[in-house]
Amino acid sequence: MPELNHYLQLLIDGLSVGSTYALIAIGYTMVYGIIGMINFAHGEVYMIGSYIAFIAIAGLAMLGIDSVALLTIAAFVASMIVTSAYGYSIERVAYRPLRGGNRLIPLISAIGMSIVLQNMVLLAQDSRGKSIPDPLPGKFDLVAGGAVSISYMQVFIFVITFVAMIGLTLFIARSRLGRACRATAEDLKMANLLGINTNNIIALTFVIGAALAAVAAVLISMRYGFINPNLGFLAGIKAFTAAVLGGIGSIPGAMLGGLVLGVAEAFGADVFGDQYKDVVAFTLLVLLLLFRPTGILGRPEVEKV
Amino acid sequence: MSRPILEASGLTMRFGGLLAVNGVNLTVNTKQVVSMIGPNGAGKTTVFNCLTGFYQPTSGSILLDGEPIHGLPGHKIARKGVVRTFQNVRLFKDMTVVENLLIAQHRHLNTNYLSGLFKTPAYRRSERQAMEFAAHWLERVNLLDFANRPAGTLAYGQQRRLEIARCMMTRPRLLMLDEPAAGLNPRETEDLKALIGVLRDEHDVTVLLIEHDMKLVMSISDYIYVINQGTPLASGTPEQVRSNPDVIKAYLGEA
Amino acid sequence: MSQTTHSPLKTAFFSALLVLAVAYPVLGLKLTTVGIKLQVHGASPTTLWAIAACAVAMFFWQLFRDRLARAWQSAPRLPKIPARVSNTLTLPSTQRRVIMVLIVIALAWPFFGSRGAVDIATLVLIYVLLGLGLNIVVGLAGLLDLGYVGFYAVGAYSYALLSHYYGLGFWTCLPIAGLMAALFGFVLGFPVLRLRGDYLAIVTLGFGEIIRILLRNMTELTGGPNGISNIDKPSLFGLSFDRVAPEGMQTFHEFFGLSYQSINKVIFLYLIALLLVLFALFVINRLIRMPIGRAWEALREDEIACRALGLNPTVIKLSAFTIGASFAGFAGSFFAARQGLITPESFTFIESAIILAIVVAGGMGSQLGVILAAVVLTLLPELTREFADYRMLIFGALMVLMMIWRPQGLLPMQRPHLELKQ
Repeated sequence: MPELNHYLQLLIDGLSVGSTYALIAIGYTMVYGIIGMINFAHGEVYMIGSYIAFIAIAGLAMLGIDSVALLTIAAFVASMIVTSAYGYSIERVAYRPLRGGNRLIPLISAIGMSIVLQNMVLLAQDSRGKSIPDPLPGKFDLVAGGAVSISYMQVFIFVITFVAMIGLTLFIARSRLGRACRATAEDLKMANLLGINTNNIIALTFVIGAALAAVAAVLISMRYGFINPNLGFLAGIKAFTAAVLGGIGSIPGAMLGGLVLGVAEAFGADVFGDQYKDVVAFTLLVLLLLFRPTGILGRPEVEKV
Repeated sequence: MSRPILEASGLTMRFGGLLAVNGVNLTVNTKQVVSMIGPNGAGKTTVFNCLTGFYQPTSGSILLDGEPIHGLPGHKIARKGVVRTFQNVRLFKDMTVVENLLIAQHRHLNTNYLSGLFKTPAYRRSERQAMEFAAHWLERVNLLDFANRPAGTLAYGQQRRLEIARCMMTRPRLLMLDEPAAGLNPRETEDLKALIGVLRDEHDVTVLLIEHDMKLVMSISDYIYVINQGTPLASGTPEQVRSNPDVIKAYLGEA
Repeated sequence: MSQTTHSPLKTAFFSALLVLAVAYPVLGLKLTTVGIKLQVHGASPTTLWAIAACAVAMFFWQLFRDRLARAWQSAPRLPKIPARVSNTLTLPSTQRRVIMVLIVIALAWPFFGSRGAVDIATLVLIYVLLGLGLNIVVGLAGLLDLGYVGFYAVGAYSYALLSHYYGLGFWTCLPIAGLMAALFGFVLGFPVLRLRGDYLAIVTLGFGEIIRILLRNMTELTGGPNGISNIDKPSLFGLSFDRVAPEGMQTFHEFFGLSYQSINKVIFLYLIALLLVLFALFVINRLIRMPIGRAWEALREDEIACRALGLNPTVIKLSAFTIGASFAGFAGSFFAARQGLITPESFTFIESAIILAIVVAGGMGSQLGVILAAVVLTLLPELTREFADYRMLIFGALMVLMMIWRPQGLLPMQRPHLELKQ
């Protein structure tokens, strides 16, 4: 029984982390699905989201507010607003002028943008990490004696990510804008001809991705209680791996990929040791791109000759 | 006696739900000129792509001189002597005319790194011979004066000729031309007809082409295959095809 | 959802608001740890005013954008560089001559410069070498390699490990380092090069990181995070440039009867670096005139046409990848020799990004451009110490701006064409 408990715990932990990866991964997959571009700066937007979350929490705490609920809500709202602003601005400034033509050029611009964002935070804030105390301590014991437990924070993460994903799915499937997003992702030129303002749709995609990354940022930074400017790179790589794993361009794929990656990472760290945890993501990414670039839910692309 | 150089049977290509090519059979004998005709969107270029390894056919077999080549990647099939042109001219537009011809000879050149780095006599000889071969063919297609111009600056008809000359650099056995007469005026089309004839008679090249220009097809082909919506419709000599009621109904209308 | 009424006032407000939303939270507020609590303080008044000023400027710019654009069009312009001149500047023959002149200067000046200057120059030369190597991969063959630093690390660690465990000297290890890096390039490239451009970039990024993490964790072999120290410096035919020769060797100054001068060691290292750069320039110049160079160009232009002509794209890309990697290997082993100590932290993704910035800024495919870009991008932070912190920020901004304004680079080079003599 102890092994099963151990694996169950790993599963819970993995799914919890994985669902946050999924939120960030959606940003990558939506952008790629619409304009075929890897938004390299997305990871840094996530990092900025986590800084805003901390600023909101610390700022309100200084004003004497200590209701966890209020602080959390403030963190979500502030973070989502600011990251959306970033998502929109990045698209307008660094990507829109470069659309069409050589694919490497926007990618290089994206890399530059991610460097700018990371160093901007590094210089404005400082390189030292910042931490806050655990806002939601405590856990449920699923197995008597605490062999398998799920912390309140983890429950919170599951609930929020679930709500977010349901919300997004409904938006994409049911709303007019969501339909426009799908149409643009399917065929940009046609969508344009049909009167859809594809520029706005593309901008919207970046904003949605950024907002979801903000949600993930709040969740993760509250869970671990620690942030620093270097978070973005690793988070970005992992989220991108999740997106590719699920099938890049597919939103359900990103969700699935995130969960799978989280679990794979948890088990990998268990087997190989914690210091190799990040290697799991990198190795998985490399293997995926080599052997199954279309991912789990993706469709193989056929080259038009 | 001419023997089959290319035999495709049961060639099928499916893209997800779309059946682009359905059971096409094709036989081309050496030193023949064979044409594939059919309405636009009939799947002719898809057949080409399957034959030349750019698509992997869903099913069917392709034999080159008796040797199975289906499933091989494009460049390997090209090395076996099957070379093709494209509907949109695919020249290296920023490279000069003569460089386009040199690239095509890549496999026949001295690509040894040390020889190249130190410009050994063997290397220099190889480069010189390649230049001469290129110049020879430029003369045959009347493009010698344009040798050092970027290929993209040539007129359309000239680009088409260059594309064929480039194919000949690879010393092919089978030349597959995708709509070679598209966009050519009548005089250029006559030149093309003559060129194809020369390639077949003097250079032992078998030619398979996709074409819409009926006059050209009827006058130059030894055999014609008609494809409609991916399925074989008819095949035969020009006279047979011309008088086939199915073909007339589906396609020819006025020749 | 059409955009019929374009109200400048609305756009102006929105843009200004955007600037505030982006700038104020991150730049205007500072998270500080006071004791054990986390607090938020406002940034300095200058910063806050600067943010406000930017927002206002954005507001007015958007408001008067059309008018400003028209005014800009009709304003007297600086005389543009005439097309003939810019054309001559991009000719391969012109750039070759400029490089010749630079080489002569490079050979002569260290004997007149200060020790510090020559030391910095050696660092510049390392980046020139790296830039030239990556230029083969990115500029000539059009492959975006974001893990180039991995090969740099392989070269450095090859020399460090061989020197540490087997006592092999620099000159023996130099070709081995290049070969090891090339081998890694081959093994890594083989499965990867058939991938599409952006996937290739990410995979190479992944490889670079995997190499670094492995180097950091395989402590028994590679020294882990502390790396390897006490790496031997190179010697000149057995003559050491140290003040006191290690066992069994003689020092340079003893042999020639000179007094010891520490600058000699520095000049010697500089000359080795210069030698490597000259070697690279020679090889690259030959390669672009050889069939493989033509194949790289053709592949960049139209891969499908290449396949139709019997060229194997993977093999051709592999050659660029491997050759580029070997230059990183040479640079790495020299770096290890110069530093005497290497750790995995010298080989992060940031380095790959810097080298990429050099190639991109210089003009992909242009050697002279890469040389100049390497000089500028390495010297600037060294010379302007106050800006050193802003170095990476400027790199990033440079990359974005270059792609928007001048993706072909500062000094692109027309490819030398092979001419048919009539």
